[in-house]
Amino acid sequence: MEFRRPSSLKGSPSGFCPGCMHSLATRIIAEVVDELGQKENCVHVVPVGCSTLNLLYWDGDIVGAAHGRAPAVATGFKRTNPERLVFTYQGDGDLAAIGLAEIMGAANRGENFTVIFANNQTYGMTGGQMAPTTLIGQKTTTTRYGRDPKETGYPMKMCEIISTLEAPVFVARYALNSPKGIMDARRGIKKAFELQLAGKGFTFIELLTNCPTNWGMTPLQTLDYMNTNTIPYFVPGVYKDKEAQAE
Amino acid sequence: MSKVFMKGNEAIAEAAVRGGCRFFAGYPITPQNEIPEYLSWRLPEVGGVFVQGESEVASINMVYGAASSGCRAMTSSSGPGISLKSEGISYLASTKLPAVIVNISRGGPGLGSIQPAQMDYLQATKAMGHGGFKVMVFAPSTLQEAVDLTYNAWDYAERDRNPVLILMDGCLGAIMELVELPEFKEANREGTKRWDLALREGENRKSRLLTPYYPEAMLEYENTMRGKLYESWAQNDVKVEEFMLDDAEYVIVAYGISARVSREAIYRLREEGHKVGMIRPITLNPFPKKSLQNLDYDRVKGIIDIELSIPAQMRDDIALEVKDRAPIYTYGRSGGILLDDESTYNAVKKIVTGGAK
Repeated sequence: MEFRRPSSLKGSPSGFCPGCMHSLATRIIAEVVDELGQKENCVHVVPVGCSTLNLLYWDGDIVGAAHGRAPAVATGFKRTNPERLVFTYQGDGDLAAIGLAEIMGAANRGENFTVIFANNQTYGMTGGQMAPTTLIGQKTTTTRYGRDPKETGYPMKMCEIISTLEAPVFVARYALNSPKGIMDARRGIKKAFELQLAGKGFTFIELLTNCPTNWGMTPLQTLDYMNTNTIPYFVPGVYKDKEAQAE
Repeated sequence: MSKVFMKGNEAIAEAAVRGGCRFFAGYPITPQNEIPEYLSWRLPEVGGVFVQGESEVASINMVYGAASSGCRAMTSSSGPGISLKSEGISYLASTKLPAVIVNISRGGPGLGSIQPAQMDYLQATKAMGHGGFKVMVFAPSTLQEAVDLTYNAWDYAERDRNPVLILMDGCLGAIMELVELPEFKEANREGTKRWDLALREGENRKSRLLTPYYPEAMLEYENTMRGKLYESWAQNDVKVEEFMLDDAEYVIVAYGISARVSREAIYRLREEGHKVGMIRPITLNPFPKKSLQNLDYDRVKGIIDIELSIPAQMRDDIALEVKDRAPIYTYGRSGGILLDDESTYNAVKKIVTGGAK
């Protein structure tokens, strides 16, 4: 096996923080796009947040969307170009706060594209404010003493919410803090893209990621933190697989 | 070609289809509902796509997505919904994507009223969203004009890579008139190749990036180019009707439904010997400055701005050209109350006979 940079990524140096899993997530998506021979056919809808940096790193057709609106932009694009492989890559603030209406609308219509949701429980680009997925007790710049559910509610479980809808065909969550988690995620993304290319409908992949900078940890510490805090609350697994259910 | 009897909103929808529109996303709001209702069945008939969005915000962003593929895309709404779309319209301008937005306007501000009004003039002409961009604004006064302007709107939007707004009051949206529908126009897919992300088979193409985000120096350059674009509109794209201006001593400035009511008043006042004329902007942006500049202010005794808006919103644009050479009077109704012939005639008569300040 030859180890090389996927053709869907440019050679430019990454501006993601050291140890940030956005690099990893982008890389496995690019590998899957290559593996499926979809580089030219793929359209990446880039949202707002740290993931906006993919404007610089992704080598493929890109359309940049407003904060939270990527699923609406993808709807407009995919409906008028049904043959293209279309995916959005959105963070937790983008998808689960400002973009809740757009993600729920697209999922409920069963739009035939893939949403990849990077859940690192914070607003990274703006400096670490509380996100809708911030864990109870987690300290952020807007929850200095830890997230208090009496004031701010509970972390939103998007896979669980979306899997209650009728239309989505594949909904799954993976944690990127272990080699197994990464390989599972890669398989999940591939399955989602294959389902999309077969015209099956809406697919949703949640990736549990980290934010060493705003969590105030070293990259290695974030891996342990995820095992003891994130994963018990956001349990990885397949939440909906319509094809498997049908069999 | 035969004429058909159509309702304003449906006439706009059919004109869009004939003008090459193949994607529409919208959200229900009075008084524009016939546009999405009509297109929900009409677009699929011609191989197009209709999506009822979960909000106005989502709808304009769907239009953004469709436009990025080179498809002629449209959305429609009314004041409160247009405010929600302003984010997406700003992004369309930033990413330089063409689209057509229809505002069938009603009373404002806020939820306002659902009855016809012209209270979105400033929003339409000065700031359709954040960031200092502008859009071309078409303001039809008859349904035939609405059909013709809508039919050709994408030609401007694609030429400029900028959204176009059609601003029409709810009264025109609801009335029925005879209209002549133009032949079907093929979308200019050659032209959209400059930016679109449509896949072309067999072509070894470079990756394309459509982004609303720019490095500072590039953003400054793009904004400079936008400034030049707006100047070119003022030079080349002004549409205006000058009505009975040759000997006019009083000049009404009115658009849309207000111009129709004003025209009736002018006919009556002319019969009584009062020399009243009208400048009717068809493009609100670019504003017909020259029509106001070229008036003979030795003869013209007053300008009368008539709008379905209180306070009058067009007055400042008029004043910039009149430059204190004649007094500017305003008359209008607001909140969804229509101008009627009698009151408008009386108001203008009072002005031309020296009874108004």
